[in-house]
Amino acid sequence: MESRRNPRAVVDPKVRQVGFFTSSQPDSSSTQQQQQQTDPIPASASSPPVSTISPSGNSLSPVMIPPPRLNSSDTFPLRGAAAGASSAVSPSSFSYSNRRDFPDGSTTASPGRHSRGSFVKSSTPVASSLPGIGMDSMAAAKSSSVPASGLTTVSVATMPPGLAEKASGMEVQSDQKKNSKPLKEKTTKAERRAIQEAQRAAKAAAKADGGKVPPGTSASVASTSVKVAKPAKPSTQKNEVSVAAGVTEKKGGPSEKDRKKDAPHPRMQYDDESRVVKAKRRAVVKQTEAKNRVELFRHLPQYEHGTQLPDLETKFFQLDPMHPAVYKVGLQYLSGDISGGNARCIAMLQAFQEVVKDYSTPPEKNLNRDMTAKISSYVSFLIECRPLSISMGNAIRFVKNRIAKLPITLSESEAKAALQSDIERFINDKIIGADMVIVKHAVTKIRDGDVLLTYGSPTAVEMILLHAHELKKKFRVLVVDSRPKLEGQLLLRRLIKRGISCTYTHINAISYIMHEVTKVFLGASSVLSNGTVYSRVGTACVAMVASAFRVPVLVCCEAYKFHERVQLDSICSNELGDPNAISKVHGREDINYLDGLTNNANLQFLNLMYDATPSDYISMIITDYGMVPPTSVPVIVREYQKEHLLV
Amino acid sequence: MDFQVVILAGGFSSNLVPLVSKEVPKALLPVANRPVLSYVLDLLESNNLKDLIVVVEGEDAALKVGGWISAACVDRLHVEVAAVAENVGTAGALRAIAHHLTAKDILIVSGDIVSDIPPGAVAATHRRHDAAVTVMLCAQPVSGPSESGGSSGKDKTKKPACEDIVGLDSWKQFLLYIAKGTEIKKDTRVKKSILCAAGKMELRSDLMDSHIYAFKRSVLQEVLDQKPAFRSLKQDVLPYLVRTQLRSDVSSDQNNVEEIGNGKDNMQNNEVVLSQILSNASLPSFHQVYESGLDSRKTHKCCVYIADESKFFVRLNSIQAFMDVNRDVIGDANHLSGYSFSAHHNIVHPSAELGSKTTVGPHCMLGEGSQVGDKCSVKRSVIGRHCRIGSNVKIVNSVVMDHATIGDGCSIQGSVICSNAQLQERVTLRDCQVEAGYIVCAGGEHKGETFARK
Repeated sequence: MESRRNPRAVVDPKVRQVGFFTSSQPDSSSTQQQQQQTDPIPASASSPPVSTISPSGNSLSPVMIPPPRLNSSDTFPLRGAAAGASSAVSPSSFSYSNRRDFPDGSTTASPGRHSRGSFVKSSTPVASSLPGIGMDSMAAAKSSSVPASGLTTVSVATMPPGLAEKASGMEVQSDQKKNSKPLKEKTTKAERRAIQEAQRAAKAAAKADGGKVPPGTSASVASTSVKVAKPAKPSTQKNEVSVAAGVTEKKGGPSEKDRKKDAPHPRMQYDDESRVVKAKRRAVVKQTEAKNRVELFRHLPQYEHGTQLPDLETKFFQLDPMHPAVYKVGLQYLSGDISGGNARCIAMLQAFQEVVKDYSTPPEKNLNRDMTAKISSYVSFLIECRPLSISMGNAIRFVKNRIAKLPITLSESEAKAALQSDIERFINDKIIGADMVIVKHAVTKIRDGDVLLTYGSPTAVEMILLHAHELKKKFRVLVVDSRPKLEGQLLLRRLIKRGISCTYTHINAISYIMHEVTKVFLGASSVLSNGTVYSRVGTACVAMVASAFRVPVLVCCEAYKFHERVQLDSICSNELGDPNAISKVHGREDINYLDGLTNNANLQFLNLMYDATPSDYISMIITDYGMVPPTSVPVIVREYQKEHLLV
Repeated sequence: MDFQVVILAGGFSSNLVPLVSKEVPKALLPVANRPVLSYVLDLLESNNLKDLIVVVEGEDAALKVGGWISAACVDRLHVEVAAVAENVGTAGALRAIAHHLTAKDILIVSGDIVSDIPPGAVAATHRRHDAAVTVMLCAQPVSGPSESGGSSGKDKTKKPACEDIVGLDSWKQFLLYIAKGTEIKKDTRVKKSILCAAGKMELRSDLMDSHIYAFKRSVLQEVLDQKPAFRSLKQDVLPYLVRTQLRSDVSSDQNNVEEIGNGKDNMQNNEVVLSQILSNASLPSFHQVYESGLDSRKTHKCCVYIADESKFFVRLNSIQAFMDVNRDVIGDANHLSGYSFSAHHNIVHPSAELGSKTTVGPHCMLGEGSQVGDKCSVKRSVIGRHCRIGSNVKIVNSVVMDHATIGDGCSIQGSVICSNAQLQERVTLRDCQVEAGYIVCAGGEHKGETFARK
């Protein structure tokens, strides 16, 4: 593996990493395309390579000589570089998407790696997992019988051994048939033999070296990799089938694998019709596209919000592989019960903690691999409920990384405990601890007599204000709010309860009210590496007005929300909210200003969720690593995110 | 999903005499020739709920129901039947099986429901709000056959204008008030604190309680333990929980408190911040607002799920409802019956024998092995298995159960003939119920009567 990484270290990574521009290198782009065809799974595609990295493989080998800095870009594949290069071109989000597909970065090496992953997997035969299923569900049926006394079991679901096995067996077979057919057609006898030999050699090598492939063998694998590349893919697919069958979904419900496969990529372009159709086919959440969409934002997902929730609710008991905690969080995202970057992230992580707690490795499965697949499927479910925020993306990457790096020697319970404490630590250190540090830094900036302006309801700012109040600082708060969410009202309520004197206004009055403001405190959904602050829609407006009035703008953002992406506008990557939210007043059906116009073909609603504030308008970013100017964000991303992955 | 399902199948409902008897408990009353319980089981099975507890009042009834379930659902469902004493009420029945309930939440379904509303929706709403209880409400069904004015007189007496009166908050998420329509005479009491906290209450009489509830197990068990006098879920437990939602006696969050208590000081601080962030993030329900206003008050949430109006829902709790269900299941809501209908919108079993010049109209069902004589006419009726029907018989809007015998020249309208009953020649029945095994003498003309042995 290392030997294949080398070329990447040699070739200037800054050029290679820019996702969409790989076409400048014809050979790699073709492989890339090929791989894209076989792995349209956004989430899982990133996971298997990660999980195949054996822990020993990650330690520095003498050949590699990666200086620590490079290593950071290794685990975090050169985001900064990618971002820097692609900043000139508008769809910078693309570079991100492609990066996610190929976390190892070396495109030529990937087939070989795949083959390695595949024979490891294919050593567990597909059929052998079947009796396990039968036994499993049998056991489930048995164990669920209530301890009795008063209860008479009149009917037991004796589906299991014969029937279940047959059913799932058939499923697997049919899938297998589909997958294995092209294999037979494509490979000749000689080719098959070559594959077999290559696999055998690699297997022997793997056995000999405990996962660490010596350069010689890996080279031999690499040499056959051209041939291996093709058949290896079907076999990985086949294996995925067995994974899915192992989790055993009831007929009808979309399987975990399917969900994983066809969930929309986080950065899918929604004006690409064929992809949308594909993604929709097996989505858990029924997604009806909204009809009147604003042309400029067609690449973003916009669904009829009315139908999603009831539809998902009715499926409550049918989503078998879904963990209840994840399901609950998904519902809460969908219904808007949880919003705000930190809260969403915490809720998701807590759900994952539950998942880990209730997890047990299926027979003949690897914990690292299976758990990563599970988490991926949960994540794609959550994406269907609401697009992920950048902070959540970082948190998910952290969790997956921890899973991938679990030493194989750990027992299941140890591994679970380790994971749970890792997640716990992430929440405590990276979110809550970070907020505490931010509060400490920011409070020094509040002086007596200040008039502080804040917009929306950022958690960090709220904590700052409350803390400053506890320190008996005398200041006044201006809470600026906007329709339709009116989050500021909630903040206002809490501040007033603590006895802070507040003024409440809407964003329309911002230019008037800015005269008296001495400092502006803003929250952020994410801070990008060019210093752009990606935040609740309206933030940019507030920051611009403030800088026009020469009022310092302080952005409070935890470092786990930083991202090395570069974004110049808020168009290419954004989120569209419920269009009805702006046309109607919730809970008051009698107020309906646009009555009769909502179905007019000439009327389109745009409810943007985020905007991007250019770094020019920002005086200071307060983060857990101190107060930095926006130009220093790339440094934090580069220097601390590797640590953040390791925690 | 950590839900346990309890089906309250009842015993011998006094409302349904003479249709129910020692042989036929309420759960086994045939609706389109299938026991009514099978509709519930099918509904749950289609929602992938396969571990069920069926609670039946009375040992005999439990044996019967258990026997039927084991015959019908073997290999498909994992059903356990619990027999409880008669007349303990729904709350009493749950009390009796309380020690079998282990899951986090309990889904309680009445056994006499014919519906296509997915129960998952209730469960999902329940989970989303972390509620103590979630009630499914649905639109009141239109009762009585609309075509024939025959039973309209009966309608008025049997069905009150509104069955339930419910109070909802302005988001239609929480239940603020519930009472049976028949209980309210002139005035009623509404908790002032609830009204103040919610700000606005919408009173609806067009919704009715569908007897599908999701309870938090800890809450349910606590209420059942604390209030031994409660007999009925709907009339005692639910109103109690709704009434006390702002000064909750039930400790739904006991785990939380313990967890915080155990942690170290720093950890505890973190936990507090954590819960604060989470609660600040969401729009607070009026419960939280109220809680924060007055310290140390605990609240619990009573949520509602309002079923879509297009969904079908009927409870079989009266004779009229029995007629309605039979009519609808082979008529408008025929997707529930599980049969495939012929081109004439009826089901005639291939083994049924029809005489010459006999017509079976649409929305009819003729069971296996039944014989119908010459010149008969069957309209909008369900005829069970192995019935013998003579010549010149007219059956309209009626239900004839298995093994009934109907003599020549009878005319039956809007009536129920139970199994093994016998009608001799030229009997004219209108809006009558004939008990199982009863023999109606020849030539009688009856209207609105109930035939039962003393």
